[in-house]
Amino acid sequence: MKTAETSVRNSNRLTLLFARMGGAVLSLLGNFGAVAIFISLAFVNIFRRKQLLDIVNQVYYIGAKSSLIVMLVGLFTGMVLGLQLFYTLVKFGSVGVLGSAVSLSLIRELGPVLTAIMVTARAGSAMTAEIGILRISEQIDALYTMRIDPVRYLVSPRVAASIISFPLLTAFFDLSGIVGGYLTGVALLGTNAGTYFYRVQSSVEVVDLRGGFVKPLVFAVIVSSICCFQGYFCHMRTQGYGAKAVGLATISAVVISCVMILIADYVVTSFLM
Amino acid sequence: MDTPLIEFRDVTKRFGDKTVLDEVNLRIYENQVTTIIGKSGTGKSVLLKHIIGLLEPDEGTILYQGKPFHAMRKSERVEYRSRVAYLFQNNALFDSMTVFENMALPLRKTTNLGTKEIENKVKKRLEDLELSDTLEKYPSELSGGMQKRVALARALVTEPTIVLFDEPTTGQDPIRKNMILSMIVHYRRKFRFTAVMISHDIPDVFFISDRIVILWEGKAGFQGTYEEAMRLKHPIIDEFLRSLEGFQDELTGLLSREAFRVQYGATLGRAAEPPAVSAALFSVEFDLLHDALGPLAALEVLRLLGEYTNRHFQSVGGFSARHSRDQVLTILPHTSPGEAEQLVADFARGLEQEGLARIQSSAHTTIGAQASFEIYIRAGITEVSSTEDIEEIIEKARAHQQIVATYRCDTGGSA
Repeated sequence: MKTAETSVRNSNRLTLLFARMGGAVLSLLGNFGAVAIFISLAFVNIFRRKQLLDIVNQVYYIGAKSSLIVMLVGLFTGMVLGLQLFYTLVKFGSVGVLGSAVSLSLIRELGPVLTAIMVTARAGSAMTAEIGILRISEQIDALYTMRIDPVRYLVSPRVAASIISFPLLTAFFDLSGIVGGYLTGVALLGTNAGTYFYRVQSSVEVVDLRGGFVKPLVFAVIVSSICCFQGYFCHMRTQGYGAKAVGLATISAVVISCVMILIADYVVTSFLM
Repeated sequence: MDTPLIEFRDVTKRFGDKTVLDEVNLRIYENQVTTIIGKSGTGKSVLLKHIIGLLEPDEGTILYQGKPFHAMRKSERVEYRSRVAYLFQNNALFDSMTVFENMALPLRKTTNLGTKEIENKVKKRLEDLELSDTLEKYPSELSGGMQKRVALARALVTEPTIVLFDEPTTGQDPIRKNMILSMIVHYRRKFRFTAVMISHDIPDVFFISDRIVILWEGKAGFQGTYEEAMRLKHPIIDEFLRSLEGFQDELTGLLSREAFRVQYGATLGRAAEPPAVSAALFSVEFDLLHDALGPLAALEVLRLLGEYTNRHFQSVGGFSARHSRDQVLTILPHTSPGEAEQLVADFARGLEQEGLARIQSSAHTTIGAQASFEIYIRAGITEVSSTEDIEEIIEKARAHQQIVATYRCDTGGSA
């Protein structure tokens, strides 16, 4: 009798476990589907009438306003790289390739990833919070009642502006990084300036630049769609309502974006190699 | 009756396990003010959101001019939505935009108007609502009443033919409440739109409504005119009106009908031998005043009548309440009909000399300074016996009614 009871209890636990796993997978798939539809609608609406002004405004907000902080981070990243690589390369007697090492690390990997993370922190979180507040204060419903498509008005310009801004910001990051590497490697530690720039020029090929600009495009779509999606549907969160829902949506947007940037980085890199 | 402009047929809406609308049947007619009343959480806003398309029914059909929403072509739906505007309970103004930008947004995004035309249109509508000085202000810099007016201006800027008002007077003081209700009536006449309104401001909201719908436990418990609602002795209406009726009538400051009834019972029933009691019924022609002088002036006359009645008769132990939209019944204990006549004559003199002149400024905003007008207050006096109920007293007093106070504003123009 006891064995039968234990067996039933075990089978119930197993059913519960599978039910939970199944529920989580279904929810995940549902969310992916929702994001896919959301981003498709946003993308299609980029090319509708009367979008240019809103896109330009968002480029200013996401791109121009982020450029200083991105360049500052790029400069210090390059300086740290210059320092670290200098002392590593000294051990192998190859200080001459410092320019190559700094520029390739930045253009291929660090530039796109760190820029995307910086913009997520600065502009992505703002996108989520702004759209979330519009949602909880019924301003998105108000747009609908005025026959203004909220996705077209709020999301499409942000997606378009991200696609335009991310590669440009990455270029600023890379350039500042190379200058940073020059400051530590050449000005501070005495590597030859001509060698540094010659190595930068000779080692960076078009394929590296292409890879370095494909990644920002992918990251732009990921960051803008996740951040806008989280804000747009913050009222459907079950853990909290109102201002709390906006806060939770912003946290989720930043965390999911950062994780997705790193996962996408691996996937894109493996395709590019 | 004509085909309704909007009709709900067995509309059901559920959120999870909760059924908010349960087979609601409802008719909204063109060029009328339809007011939806009901306890909080009975689905009034949900019902309004179905009309504009923010929500769709789980079951049942919504028809526009006899055609079901779901059978409409995309172009017809777009056309329908261009006719409807929604005034949100919390205004839903874009707080990062100025008043001008808020109002220009729907024109910029949904029309092909040029910048200059949009500017002119916005300025014109702001002038109509006396908001010209708010053009460059942000919503947070405006008072609650002004925000409400900006929201109304934004709703009207696209010239809709149907305007949905979700609790337009919530959170406003009594004076502003009446101002907003008057504003709705005024602009409805001016711009000729059909209004559907959710309100808790009973009984004031009845004065501006052509039809009343009571939502009760997810169903339209009653729909009809104010007079029908008052005639119909339906428990739903009684319970609803009683539950919402406060101790005082907010517009006039008089007792509520329920409080009046209690005091009347106490006055006649306290003594073993009831004292001599008289009653005076005062009335104004609210509809005529409304049409001739505008809603603000008409409400001002009512408010004035209430204030003066209270002030004059309370000092001699009298108590009053409004028993219909424009009738005030005053009970005068320990007063014979002869003494009551003298009291009413004194009251009428004071009202003529001091009070009614106050109407002049609000009336002139509607009819212009050159026009003349006359306002009449009628009164009927009767004796009250302990066996009579209030309705009988009103009937008796009405039979004796005659003009007791007249205010004539004669500026040489046409009356």
